[in-house]
Amino acid sequence: MELHDLNVAFGDKVVFDHRDFSFPDTGLTLLTGPSGVGKTTLLRALLKEYPDSAFLFQEDRLFPRRTVLQHLLDVMDKPDRDRAEELLALVELTGEEGAYPAQLSGGMARRLALARCLALAGPRFLLDEPFAGVDEPLQRRILPRLQALGKPLVLSTHNRGLLEYADRVVEL
Amino acid sequence: MKKRPLPKAWRVLLPLCVWLGLWWALAARIGQPLLLPTPWQVLTCLGELAGTAAFWTTCLTTLGRVFLGGGMGIVAGVTLAALSARFEGCAAVFSPAVKVIRATPVASFIILIWLWASANWVPVVIAALMAAPIAWSATHQGVAEVDPQLIELAEVYRFSRWKTVRLVYLPAMENALANGCRTALGFAWKSGVAAEALCRPVRAMGTAIWNAKTYLETPQLFAWTAAVVLLSIAVEKLLWGLWNAAERRRAGGAS
Repeated sequence: MELHDLNVAFGDKVVFDHRDFSFPDTGLTLLTGPSGVGKTTLLRALLKEYPDSAFLFQEDRLFPRRTVLQHLLDVMDKPDRDRAEELLALVELTGEEGAYPAQLSGGMARRLALARCLALAGPRFLLDEPFAGVDEPLQRRILPRLQALGKPLVLSTHNRGLLEYADRVVEL
Repeated sequence: MKKRPLPKAWRVLLPLCVWLGLWWALAARIGQPLLLPTPWQVLTCLGELAGTAAFWTTCLTTLGRVFLGGGMGIVAGVTLAALSARFEGCAAVFSPAVKVIRATPVASFIILIWLWASANWVPVVIAALMAAPIAWSATHQGVAEVDPQLIELAEVYRFSRWKTVRLVYLPAMENALANGCRTALGFAWKSGVAAEALCRPVRAMGTAIWNAKTYLETPQLFAWTAAVVLLSIAVEKLLWGLWNAAERRRAGGAS
């Protein structure tokens, strides 16, 4: 995955000035850096260039009237729907299938948003802060499972403790 | 200073007693039922009317006309507003028409429609014309309330058009739409009965009001008016109750 001559500015604030980026289309790439440095912007630029990617937004963007299980089924093709329980187990939401977003904690809602993204049939995952509000031990349990899915992952995080799992780190 | 809450029974009984008492006092003072009958005379007359099959046939026919017209107006208003929200061209065409309908006095419309439609259909068309602009506004208000982040999500996750409507638009719009439909039906009801009173189709509450006035049957005039008001309140309560029950069932644990 490559981005050439990336120029992004918000008003007077220049985020990227003629920057080139190259990401291996395999393994786990972690984007890290202080807030406002451009992690989300870079992920969105990747989505624009590779629109078939499965993208996790920085916000949960859940549907208040849909249950946990319905969130996954809503984005899955019919033949894949057996995988819903598997994905809920991956993010440790088994047993919450019938719950609504308002009944979930912040961390659980984030994991639901992550599971819904994983349910998308994209060739790679672009995940913007997938572990915001998720406790550290849980992050360390979930991340290897994401890697085990075998698809390329580009993930932004503030948690430098996760860098040891990365195949490549992009420091912004 | 904090207001002391009134017990529920009092909140119903107090205004009833005050207004009925005033009416009674005024009627007793005038002493001419032809000008102003007492509440008891009106109630007795309403009781007598309610004992006849013709009264109920008339009420149901008027209800049918208003619901048919109001329903058509709501469907048209919602559809045209949805099209206008999606296509600039539709907005350019329909927006001025809605403004004109809103600004035109209902009496002018009744007379105009009466030129082209039979007396039986005028109340239907008028109810539709009065309901449509309200449904139109409610739909636009609902569309404005849709979360742009969810619209973006639907695009990025490649939802079909129908899935986007079902999961993103409808849940965000339903409160505005429900309130709009409630108001639209209220307007359809009032304007439909007014159209009946002017055009006087057979079996119509509006016609009954007109006839009572013509034959100086003032208690009947009041009784039919009371029937219109009571029926309107009953239907609104019924529909609102059904909507709230459906809402509770659909929402489940969601809040």
